[in-house]
Amino acid sequence: MNATRGTYTKALKELQQEILRMGALVEEAVGNAVESLKDQNPELAQQVIKNDDLIDGLELDIEDKCLKLIATQQPMAKDLRRIGTGFKIITDLERMADYAVDIAKITLRIADQPLIKPLIDIPRMAKLTMEMLKDSLDSYVREDVELAGTLRERDDEIDHLYAQIFRELLTYMLADPKTINQATYLLFVGRYLERIADHTTNVGESVIFLVTGERQVLND
Amino acid sequence: MKTTKINVKELTLHYGETKALDKITMEIKENQVTALIGPSGCGKSTFLRVINRMNDLIPTVGIVGTVLLDGENIYHDKQDVVVLRKRVGMVFQSPNPFPKSIYENVAYGPKIHGVKDKKALGEIIERSLHQAALWNEVKDRLHKPALGLSGGQQQRLCIARALAMEPEVILMDEPTSALDPISTMKIEELLNGLKERYTIVIVTHNMQQAARVSDDTAFFLSGVLVECGPTGEIFTKPAQQQTEDYITGRFG
Repeated sequence: MNATRGTYTKALKELQQEILRMGALVEEAVGNAVESLKDQNPELAQQVIKNDDLIDGLELDIEDKCLKLIATQQPMAKDLRRIGTGFKIITDLERMADYAVDIAKITLRIADQPLIKPLIDIPRMAKLTMEMLKDSLDSYVREDVELAGTLRERDDEIDHLYAQIFRELLTYMLADPKTINQATYLLFVGRYLERIADHTTNVGESVIFLVTGERQVLND
Repeated sequence: MKTTKINVKELTLHYGETKALDKITMEIKENQVTALIGPSGCGKSTFLRVINRMNDLIPTVGIVGTVLLDGENIYHDKQDVVVLRKRVGMVFQSPNPFPKSIYENVAYGPKIHGVKDKKALGEIIERSLHQAALWNEVKDRLHKPALGLSGGQQQRLCIARALAMEPEVILMDEPTSALDPISTMKIEELLNGLKERYTIVIVTHNMQQAARVSDDTAFFLSGVLVECGPTGEIFTKPAQQQTEDYITGRFG
């Protein structure tokens, strides 16, 4: 293939790089949010909350770039799907970052209380979620449909873990009403992680559509 | 589900020794706009001219295969090409009105085919100019020279001239490539209305135009029909890599 439309090709590549940069920031946000909770570190939590503005700004930036590409280059076929999925992926990433902020806020809310139990399942769930996030972005940059497909089973695993956390925290609440406040917040954290995982499967679906032009559902 | 108006089967065309079209097989649906796209020299205009047998005018041409119009082969010996060209009208790239009045341009075809009654002619002319979205601009100067019109108006006059013959199919060979953007837009809008009555086949170099105006798109390359399908599909997920490369501008 020759070098026609070099400017255009370069612009598409830059778009991809920007989306990956946004993805890296979101990975960092989720990781730091969970760490701040585990370690009861309010400073780290504040950092996550503050950095969210950067991520929001990136989303609007990338959206602008996508619109300009449509207007100036009339993208077709895979290029068009690349831009269409670009819109969707940045929306999913921005939502994931918002959930990271929600987790960080909970760190702040329970900062002055000792944890009702050492956190084991939540960090475990977080680790799996972050692996899903990383792999969804890897599948995007490598255009790896198979890797994107693995997100379906892993999402099922996350759903099971969440149900487990739910049951466990319920047990705590029933045994001792004083724990209800914190246990409810921890329940929310589980929910936020489950939502983040769900959004990574959306990214996976976008990757499959980008590469093949076909639709596949990864979260039932 | 639209019916097939034109059915082309294994159509091969040579200019002397040179093969210009290689076993083209495709269906053109009725009351739709079908766009033919492809790089220069790919055979799309040659293929267009197969449909009204304009290539017959070239002495060295050799054609094999069948072209069915409403199920009848237009290349069989007994086909009257004059009748064919009444049923299948054509509009060319450069507007080419006759050096006559606007009225005479549109009246020419019907007159040759025997319409003498002035009232009948008047009705045909008015109807055709309406259908070509030109009536309001010329109704007060029908007897003025056609060549006094702007490029865009001249092209719409040529469309009216073709419509006056009440064709079933209208072939258009890059009808807007010589026109300014506003005239282009007016003619594209026109196609949307015309397809309700006619079957339209349009050759265009402008891919965005093909994407805007057509229902089906056929991609030609070096005399071969690479791919043909619904326009939305062709431009969002073409089946062939060659089609993808062409429409994304990666070659040609």
